[in-house]
Amino acid sequence: MSRNWTVKGAAVLGGTPRDLHVRDGLIVEAAAPDATVIDAAGLIALPGLVDLHTHLREPGREDAETVLTGTRAAAAGGFTAVHAMANTDPVADTAGVVEQVWRLGREAGYCDVQPVGAVTVGIAGERLAELGAMADSAARVRIFSDDGHCVSDAALMRRALEYVKAFGGVVAQHAQEPRLTEGAQMNEGELSDVLGLRGWPAVAEEAIIARDVLLAAHTGSRLHVCHLSTAGSVEIVRWAKSKGYPVTAEVTPHHLLLTEDLVRGYDPVYKVNPPLRTKDDVEAVRAGLADGTIDVVATDHAPHPVEAKDCEWAVASMGMLGLETALSVVQQTMVETGLLDWTGVADRMSVAAARIGSLQGHGRPLEPGEPANLTLLDPAARRVIEPKALHSRSRNTPFAGLELPGAVHATFLRGTATVLDGKVVER
Amino acid sequence: MTGHRSHLLSTADLSADDATLILDTAAELARLADRPIKKLPTLRGRTVVNLFFEDSTRTRISFETAAKRLSADVINFSAKGSSVSKGESLKDTALTLEAMGADAVVVRHWASGGAHRLAHAGWIRSAVVNAGDGTHEHPTQALLDAYTLRSRLGGLDGRRVTIVGDVLHSRVARSNVRLLATLGAEVTLVAPPTLMPFGVEGWPCSTSYELDPVLPKSDAVMMLRVQRERMDQAFFPTEREYSRRYGLQAERMALLPEHAVVMHPGPMNRGLEISAEVADSARSTITEQVANGVSVRMAVLYLLLGGSEPAIGTEDEGERR
Ligand SMILES: [Zn+2]
Repeated sequence: MSRNWTVKGAAVLGGTPRDLHVRDGLIVEAAAPDATVIDAAGLIALPGLVDLHTHLREPGREDAETVLTGTRAAAAGGFTAVHAMANTDPVADTAGVVEQVWRLGREAGYCDVQPVGAVTVGIAGERLAELGAMADSAARVRIFSDDGHCVSDAALMRRALEYVKAFGGVVAQHAQEPRLTEGAQMNEGELSDVLGLRGWPAVAEEAIIARDVLLAAHTGSRLHVCHLSTAGSVEIVRWAKSKGYPVTAEVTPHHLLLTEDLVRGYDPVYKVNPPLRTKDDVEAVRAGLADGTIDVVATDHAPHPVEAKDCEWAVASMGMLGLETALSVVQQTMVETGLLDWTGVADRMSVAAARIGSLQGHGRPLEPGEPANLTLLDPAARRVIEPKALHSRSRNTPFAGLELPGAVHATFLRGTATVLDGKVVER
Repeated sequence: MTGHRSHLLSTADLSADDATLILDTAAELARLADRPIKKLPTLRGRTVVNLFFEDSTRTRISFETAAKRLSADVINFSAKGSSVSKGESLKDTALTLEAMGADAVVVRHWASGGAHRLAHAGWIRSAVVNAGDGTHEHPTQALLDAYTLRSRLGGLDGRRVTIVGDVLHSRVARSNVRLLATLGAEVTLVAPPTLMPFGVEGWPCSTSYELDPVLPKSDAVMMLRVQRERMDQAFFPTEREYSRRYGLQAERMALLPEHAVVMHPGPMNRGLEISAEVADSARSTITEQVANGVSVRMAVLYLLLGGSEPAIGTEDEGERR
């Protein structure tokens, strides 16, 4: 297939339409003679999206997702790079496992897979994993996280923060005080009482974030807060940033749109960690994302096989799909509400994420000389989310049946189309 | 419950009319207990499955007795060993029951929402009766409590009911607060702050951390069972302190008005939340509650499965045979 393209009349970052020329994987000044022309009138060109928080499940849970199926889903969602979380089986806590995941990503060819390394051996929260070996490996790991678990031991968290300074790393914390959330099933509040589900208090998240931003300040190390979900968490990060502490934060698409009210029917598709919160929390995270307190939208794409969700609430797995719907949810919650323009979307879904992950070649301006990692979005399209039509191996989307705006028309990874005319390109 | 509703999952789903119809039907059915043959043909040919994911001999026997008095076939299905790692068990069990042609499933589940999920996940078509799910609801317990209160106090409107103890973990308390409020009673919850639900301000009741000031104004006081392991989880310091502050002993019972009754859903921890003297006193409705439980459960099964005929017909085949 062609690697040379002329994208005619795309609104780059939503601005005035112009032509983009792609040759040999780069954006160039002038069209190549054999360039394939794409009519991009009405489409918006964005730098290829970068996800800081994806669960690809391989190795270990290939029944839920593989690197191949997960990166196809990512491409369908407009992503050109994803960070693969470490809570696989075996855990990505050695150079060997992170290199395996990284290589599987390269072989699949749908988007760059940047492994996240575990902070502790087996994400057990007891001993530091070989962070340096993972950083030095072919995968060049820069983000370390025990995601799914919180590094709750304050001394261990301090050491991890200090240690990753040696290679410019960042510790991404899943903020969840374990004792305050034992058996927790949903957001703690009036509704958890009504439903008889053990509550997950906001303070369990906020207490860890408050502690960690102070540790980051004390050590001068980079902290990244995963999927924050409460108004109080936004306030703490806002305060930390006002002090100049080296702290970044992410929010998921589902926390931008959905509230705990959906739990009423006990349908486990809405069971997620951190839990869906209240309307006030949703408003606060939107405002935080708009004013830059929250740096990025990260999907926390968490595929699960059907049997893990088609059961009673208490035993269901936590997590939701996110890669194929993220851009649409951001369009609805942030762009159509006037909270962000498309430049802001490019920043929160690509530029800032590539910067936090120290990812080369992604999140770059769509200018000559840059790698041709880009996404073409049809913002006028509307689609009803149909689980069967998703590319993920799993079906646990909370947006099933919802009509969302926007559809990815094309995705290019270094000049190679991974999605064209809205369809994932077979290879 | 009436008309088109095909499940009883929560007292929150019951209107005052629904609840009154159940209580009136139960009262009618209770007359059966005085007859020589305690059986009606109403549900002959119907199958009621008692599906218990959690042990509760008392509740199971109560439902079983109720179904048998209405001539239903009863299958007891105990599905223990459903661990956190085996989430498919409820679904698989449901599919089995569907294949067996169950008309009603009485389900006790250790997880909140278990009955709701069974009724609404699309796995089965039969009527579902919630016989207690996690810390969520136990609607027939609340109905039998309301029935007991109504017969003892002559009505519920404006009556003051105090519920004491581990409200946080109690499905009985949850169901009772809603149902009693629906029926016009004024409910006060009394518990230490650690055992009071986090969002209790939104509940249709008042609250107190102290028992003594509430008792003189109570027409009924309902003592909840305290799980001894709550102590290990720091919900209260010691059993002795709990018993002193929130237990009902004879001296405290004396603070109640003359006509007031003492209730307990059972099984009791004598000496912890209730003293033996109180439990065995004339004010205690504890054994009455058990008897009323059968009538109320008959009414529920009858109204869910029996259609529109009167509960006790003039042509009483059960007696003719
Ligand atoms: Zn997480």
